Amino acid sequence: MIAEAGLAALWFAAALALLQLAMAGLGLWLKQDELIAAVRPVAIVQGLLAALSFGLLVTLFLQSDMSVLLVATNSHSAKPLLYKFAGAWGNHEGSMLLWVTVLALAGAAIGLIERKLDRATLTATLGAQAFIAIGFYAFLLTASNPFARLSPAAADGMGLNPLLQDPGLAFHPPTLYFGYVGLSIAFSFAVGAMVTREVGPVFARAMRPWVLAAWVFLTIGITAGSYWAYYELGWGGWWFWDPVENASLMPWLAATALLHSVNVLAARDGLRAWTLMLAVVVFSMSMVGTFLVRSGILTSVHAFAVDPTRGSFILVLLAIYIGGALVLYGARVGRVKAGQGFDLLSREGGLVLNNLLLSVILGIVLIGTLYPILAQAMGQQLSVGPPFFNKAAGPIALALVAAMMVGPLLKWRRDDANALLGKITVPVAVSAVTMALTFVIAGSIGWMELVGLGLAAGLAVASFAPVWKRNPLRTPMFTWGMMVAHFGVAVSLAGMAADSAFTSERLVAARYGQPYYVGPYRVVLNGVAPTIGENWSAVEGRVTASRGPVDGPMILLRPQRRFYSSPPTDTAEAAIATRVDGQLYAVLGTQDAEGRWQLRLWWKPFVTLIWFGGGLIALGGALSLIGRVRRARRNVKRWEEAW
Amino acid sequence: MKRKHQRLFLGLAALVAIGGASALALSALQDQAAFFYTPSDVATGKPEIGKAARLGGMVEKGSLKHLPDGVTMRFVVADATATVPVQFKGVAPDLFKEGSGVVAEGSFTGDGGFVATNLLAKHDERYMPPEIAAKMPAPETLTK
Repeated sequence: MIAEAGLAALWFAAALALLQLAMAGLGLWLKQDELIAAVRPVAIVQGLLAALSFGLLVTLFLQSDMSVLLVATNSHSAKPLLYKFAGAWGNHEGSMLLWVTVLALAGAAIGLIERKLDRATLTATLGAQAFIAIGFYAFLLTASNPFARLSPAAADGMGLNPLLQDPGLAFHPPTLYFGYVGLSIAFSFAVGAMVTREVGPVFARAMRPWVLAAWVFLTIGITAGSYWAYYELGWGGWWFWDPVENASLMPWLAATALLHSVNVLAARDGLRAWTLMLAVVVFSMSMVGTFLVRSGILTSVHAFAVDPTRGSFILVLLAIYIGGALVLYGARVGRVKAGQGFDLLSREGGLVLNNLLLSVILGIVLIGTLYPILAQAMGQQLSVGPPFFNKAAGPIALALVAAMMVGPLLKWRRDDANALLGKITVPVAVSAVTMALTFVIAGSIGWMELVGLGLAAGLAVASFAPVWKRNPLRTPMFTWGMMVAHFGVAVSLAGMAADSAFTSERLVAARYGQPYYVGPYRVVLNGVAPTIGENWSAVEGRVTASRGPVDGPMILLRPQRRFYSSPPTDTAEAAIATRVDGQLYAVLGTQDAEGRWQLRLWWKPFVTLIWFGGGLIALGGALSLIGRVRRARRNVKRWEEAW
Repeated sequence: MKRKHQRLFLGLAALVAIGGASALALSALQDQAAFFYTPSDVATGKPEIGKAARLGGMVEKGSLKHLPDGVTMRFVVADATATVPVQFKGVAPDLFKEGSGVVAEGSFTGDGGFVATNLLAKHDERYMPPEIAAKMPAPETLTK
């Protein structure tokens, strides 16, 4: 019954999306106020129905209802509760249902909360949101029904991939989806604004908090995903330039550019056409990402739940949405009035540079990700790996960080070159001194790592400048947000550069009791013991590590090799000890005929800064969001009178 | 600066940035894009020795051997028609096993073998590299 109810809710939600689009379109065309007034409640009910449908799917997973095909193929009755729960989105159909649910809830949230847009633009925005949703409902209902029955019912189910059985990963996809799909809102806002031709600061201020919110989720999702890959895969790396990672990075890059350009539009009424274009690009990137992840077109280590036959459906959706938006853009952009002008040496100019560099990085990542597909279409097997991305995008990313040191110090509209030189003296000096010191102490490290460390130090100092010597209570919250986010970039960059430059690695065939050395540590494998968990059994290494004198304090590390019976899989669980100045990372391999165990050890100085910085970036976004929303509250009254 | 000039300047700056990035990307592609080979590709055309490459296929059953040093392993990557011997030093990834799909990153050696610096096994136990799936019978899916 529950499955049928879920499917029915999904059908109703789809019908309401159609209705929503029709009412918005007809209402605006015929100028019928009754129709227009009904669009918001319909959007809200559509969101609730989609959420109900998803909730029922989760219920089926929690109950381990093996008469449902999706549950039988992706869950197991003996699985811990958390992973039954997460199993609902750890597969193709469930994750697409989550996708459309987030999309519909975003539409509902706009209908419920949005108070800045004029009525026509809001209606057009909700119409666009419904238009996107319809495609995904059609996709679910025709090609990937999550509620399909299995007859006869399975006895036990096939289980969830053990690599996905990790608390971090259980909540990783929803976070990422909130970001990914939340960006659809920017797209709908842009479409709405283009339909009603209201492309001004009001539109930008209305769109900004939504983009900020989506961007915060995306940042958290990417950071968490990176940490998951780092500790779960046991490869000791935090970014692999894998197509699936790029699929989330590309919308993030575009959204970061949009966040900055939307500020120019909101504050100075500049960059109108460009901001609209970015909003279209941002959503295109989440669609391209969805396509890459879901289609199985690429050889990716991270691609879960792929199905090539469904790729073409998403490709068609992609073509309709992006193509449609571009056509609308082409038809309307000529008539978008040019905004205010500005001097090149100004905050606006700095933000244009930021956008230019971000777009170029986005272009490189896009080319590197799609090139293998193009090559394949031309009959050539090819894969583009990390060396390409590091070499091509690295220098531009460093230039971007250099620009970040300067940008926030510039004044709006016009600034003076001499005044600017005075302001950047300190950060530039800090950068130079850091580079010189690092070079003297560490000697042979790569130039990118060296420059990265120097820029990280300079940016860390420069990011405080906008709040320096200001009354902290009277400094606006979004200025604090910018400071925290930019400081987070510096922290993250420092972690990346330190890890790439100073990591030490050992691979040994370890005998019990024999010491091995990695970084400042002396590591001993004392023994291996069996252990057991809720749905796995394991052998666990007892590894002790100490630095300094032999009788100093010991760290106990317990790397495991786990065996899951359903589906039958071996996994290695890395053991990681976190210290103030870095992490000691141990992976246990297999035992050989002589009784030695493969043991892989890393000492990774300051690697934790990477994710700590990511967290700061997200926190900065959240602070800005709070600041913007608070300020907007004060203007609500005026709006309510206007409706 | 007049508005028109400013626009021209911005356009030029964008061109320079894009040009520079393209140059970077092209030069990086030229020496870093790793070519993907299947064993049958290796059999028909000789891959360049020592250049970064990826080799994808299935780990042949019964071919996995560990060397006396305890950290090096050897196995054979196969598709429907050909095989390539591979040597790898390190801890194999979780889902690496005989009869499963693998993508090895490394380079070809003069004697027709492959030295891997990294092994990619898929997260999904039902996975097979698409390039290989085309040349093999479909894997079983719902069989429990």
